[in-house]
Amino acid sequence: MIVQETKPIETIKEMLKDVKKIFLVGCGDCATVCEAGGSDDLKRLQEALKAEGIEVTGMVIPDTSCHIPDVKSQLKKHAAELEAAEGIGVMSCGAGVQTVGTLYEEKPVYPINNALFLGNTERFGQHVEYCSACGECRIDKLGAICPITRCYKGILNGPCGGVSDGMCEIGNDTPCAWVLAYERLEKQGRLDNLKDASPPKRWSAHLKPMRHLNPTLKKKMEEKEAKRKAKEAKKGK
Amino acid sequence: MKKTVREAFEAGEFVITGECGPPKGTEIEEMLHHAEGMLGYVNGINVTDNQSSVMRIGSLPVCRLLKEMGHDPVFQITGRDRNRLAIQSDLLGAEILGINNVLCLTGDGVQAGDHKDAKPVFDLESVQILQTVEALNGGHDLAGNEMKGSTSLFPGAVVTPESKPIEPQLMKFEKKVKAGAKFFQTQAVYDAENFKDFMKFARRYDVKIMAGLVLLTSAGMANYMNKFVPGVMVPQNLIDRMKEAGKEKAIDTGIDIMCEFINETKDICDGVHIMAIGKEELVPEIVKRAGLA
Repeated sequence: MIVQETKPIETIKEMLKDVKKIFLVGCGDCATVCEAGGSDDLKRLQEALKAEGIEVTGMVIPDTSCHIPDVKSQLKKHAAELEAAEGIGVMSCGAGVQTVGTLYEEKPVYPINNALFLGNTERFGQHVEYCSACGECRIDKLGAICPITRCYKGILNGPCGGVSDGMCEIGNDTPCAWVLAYERLEKQGRLDNLKDASPPKRWSAHLKPMRHLNPTLKKKMEEKEAKRKAKEAKKGK
Repeated sequence: MKKTVREAFEAGEFVITGECGPPKGTEIEEMLHHAEGMLGYVNGINVTDNQSSVMRIGSLPVCRLLKEMGHDPVFQITGRDRNRLAIQSDLLGAEILGINNVLCLTGDGVQAGDHKDAKPVFDLESVQILQTVEALNGGHDLAGNEMKGSTSLFPGAVVTPESKPIEPQLMKFEKKVKAGAKFFQTQAVYDAENFKDFMKFARRYDVKIMAGLVLLTSAGMANYMNKFVPGVMVPQNLIDRMKEAGKEKAIDTGIDIMCEFINETKDICDGVHIMAIGKEELVPEIVKRAGLA
């Protein structure tokens, strides 16, 4: 899940200072779970904006705001309300904000939330960061603990000197990922995993901006391309 | 004239190094003055690399200035601000500037310093920087490309004997040895018995170990380090001594404590790295009083 939070109201007011009429888009997925894009959250924002003299012309909560085709069809049903608005406020992560920006190029789009991290849920309402989507997972050797994410420095060969009593120097009650990995591997009798130095991370495994095709679609597109080429070759003859 | 760090280690001598923290800004007279005072008393001087993530003059140009003065500088290099390209460039730069020693460190987090919004790099950490030195010394870069002319740097690293838990630190120490570290400076140590235990472990490896010593200047400083500096533990009896010494005798007592540690451990380790933070002018006196001059 993309863990996110709504910006402080003062920041939102400043961002919207030239806007009088706005359409709001939420997100039924991660933003709703984070209390930052569900129907209660949009209503709360609507009230706050009303107090600032900003009228909300309408609102919609797509199932998943990062799904461009789905959002497109949902927004179609609100064409008049969108037309009446000077801008669109989006309560979702930056992916959702950019979905709307892509679909409505003629209107300014305002990010109401800040996306924070790719999160795990520890318990309802409490999230932690375990994965950075770095493009190449190597945590099989590390007791399934990712130091790229769970170590502040993201280092690959053991704890730095900033650990005290198993805790990271950055505070926030953050345990040292390397101490956790060490303890877990010790439990599994696999401490030998830590003997050899890890080579530097292959950052080329995650070169922004990434693109990806699911295997089925990839195969389909390759087949289509092959057909097109065959057809062309036939024509050429 | 003192032997260089490498020469002294190779001759089996007890090696003494000092430390020099470049200033923020371009006024370097005081720093040079302190470094000058250490001439003839130390085998080498570490030059810190944006220590505590506080922006200052870079380590490399200061190393060169100290070299010209007659010192054998130890170039501290961290992965905090440089990716693998910059690290290799700077290591090649050290070689052509005549710098012989390089201390390979991961680096403090930027959150500890004075530019908290900076992007932390950490593309390489200490073990991988050691591997980088080994590669460059061998004539090729990290990507395996052959170079015209290699380095001949003497790589060192750090270890924190008082870290808790200690096992993961020792695992990393072993990796550093395997990655080519020839000498180690410890994080500040005060408890000679704990240090002796660490030395029993370290002696299994063919590397030189220098005890890292930070001069105590007050009981408050000791308490501060115990509370806020990970891996540093000043025993209560030393804090009490500093308290009893009062303001007037604090420095004197701090030097006594350091000299006692040196005397108690100099037969089991290979040298001392003296960090007289902000009081570098005292290094010659410390060396004399420890009977090392």
